[in-house]
Amino acid sequence: MRYAMVIDTLKCVGCSDCVVACQTENNVPHGYCRDWITEAVSGSYPNVELELRSERCNHCDNAPCVRCCPTGASHIVEGGIVLVTANECIGCGACIESCPYDARYQHPDGYVDKCTFCHHRLEKGQLPACVSVCPTKCMYFGDLDNPNSEVSQLLKNRNYKTLAPEAGTNPHVFYLI
Amino acid sequence: MQEELFTSGRHIPNIDPSLQIWHWPIALYLFLGGLAAGILFFAALFYVLGKGKEYPAAVKIASIVPPISLSVGLLALVYDLTHPLYTWQLYTTFRIESPMSWGAWVLMIVTPLSFLWAFSYYRESYAKIESKLNLFGRLKFLNKFEKFIQANRIYIAYALIPLSVILGVYTGILLSAFNARPLWNNAILGPLFLTSGLSTGAAAIILLSKSVKERHTFGKIDLGLIIIELALIIHMIMGYYAGSQVQLEAMELLVGGEFTLMFFGFVVLLGLLVPAVLELIELIGYKVPVIVPALLVIIGGLIFRFIMIEAGQLTRYLY
Repeated sequence: MRYAMVIDTLKCVGCSDCVVACQTENNVPHGYCRDWITEAVSGSYPNVELELRSERCNHCDNAPCVRCCPTGASHIVEGGIVLVTANECIGCGACIESCPYDARYQHPDGYVDKCTFCHHRLEKGQLPACVSVCPTKCMYFGDLDNPNSEVSQLLKNRNYKTLAPEAGTNPHVFYLI
Repeated sequence: MQEELFTSGRHIPNIDPSLQIWHWPIALYLFLGGLAAGILFFAALFYVLGKGKEYPAAVKIASIVPPISLSVGLLALVYDLTHPLYTWQLYTTFRIESPMSWGAWVLMIVTPLSFLWAFSYYRESYAKIESKLNLFGRLKFLNKFEKFIQANRIYIAYALIPLSVILGVYTGILLSAFNARPLWNNAILGPLFLTSGLSTGAAAIILLSKSVKERHTFGKIDLGLIIIELALIIHMIMGYYAGSQVQLEAMELLVGGEFTLMFFGFVVLLGLLVPAVLELIELIGYKVPVIVPALLVIIGGLIFRFIMIEAGQLTRYLY
């Protein structure tokens, strides 16, 4: 079992519905969020391209946040999901400093918080909140270990990239390009 | 030309401006930890070599500094935590891959040892203070305890030599383990912070020493350490220069960027080159007030920690 998210940048319109769904589902405090939209314009005029990406924790295989955590509050559970146990977290910020994606933040209550791939929903057999609400259906979620899953098939048949692969983290959010 | 412009990027009002989550307490602690590591290393080393009488400042008088600097440093660390009531969670586990876990455990051992070391020399080195406080007169059991510690001092010294080196190295490794911050993510930072810590420790001993011979010896030691530190800084910058784009951008902060004056002016020139020249002049035989190079080294070491903490958090991966 290895959960992964695949996001089609060609279908994403940057509506931020995933962001609002996550904030609602996970009761994220006002002004914070666990996922966000990045609009990246590349190239030089007139040959410019716009890419819209819904970004979040990449649930890396080689997760620097888990490696640097001094208490073990940051840990990896079955399916490769990186989680934080709030009452083991001392708020030292080592994981925030070590994350190349800036995916973590300090919750106003002190502990560090981030995307969980909606672990509580997966246990009930539901999709992560962001995936379930996407109006353009540009987000896919599933098991990479199963070669017949939708995510495995998409990565087999389409061109994709990951973010900052040079950071050596082996991220598990894939962007179709 | 391929350039990526972030037209809107992330706008998360409470997260993005506060990704610089490590502030002055961390820089202060890294300095104080290095200083304590330096003094404890020299104290233990010269004690093991049997030179306590020749080098009283290193072994005895300066022993008061590490317990104070470690205590202040630890308070600074806890002050910077955002979930401080759970600090005890550090001591429910040992994470071999996490430098911070190493640091927490080493501090847990070194801090009490530094108190014991200072205590064992307290009556001898600070007789005036003791005659006022009369602690040993009021608390009789201290006499017995002091004898016990003094009898076992050699074991404390043997333990302190490796532990102080780990403490000094860890202040650098702590930063270099964060691969998301390219300025920190280089293997030289551990030895560099250790050398800087030993150098500030030697400078503090020079400040507290009253014997000319001791000041000369530690002037020589400090000179050697400054030369090593300069070499390590050159290596660090060479490493960035030969590195990837993110490391080149990190280097630009120190070389030709917003931290250039601070780094080359206050750390390299005033904190290393000027004291090295002054110490050299003194060794040749000219009279130089030793307080000047020693203070310059200590202030330079402090500024160096602040620059690394501030600048490191500005560097990141761009994608």
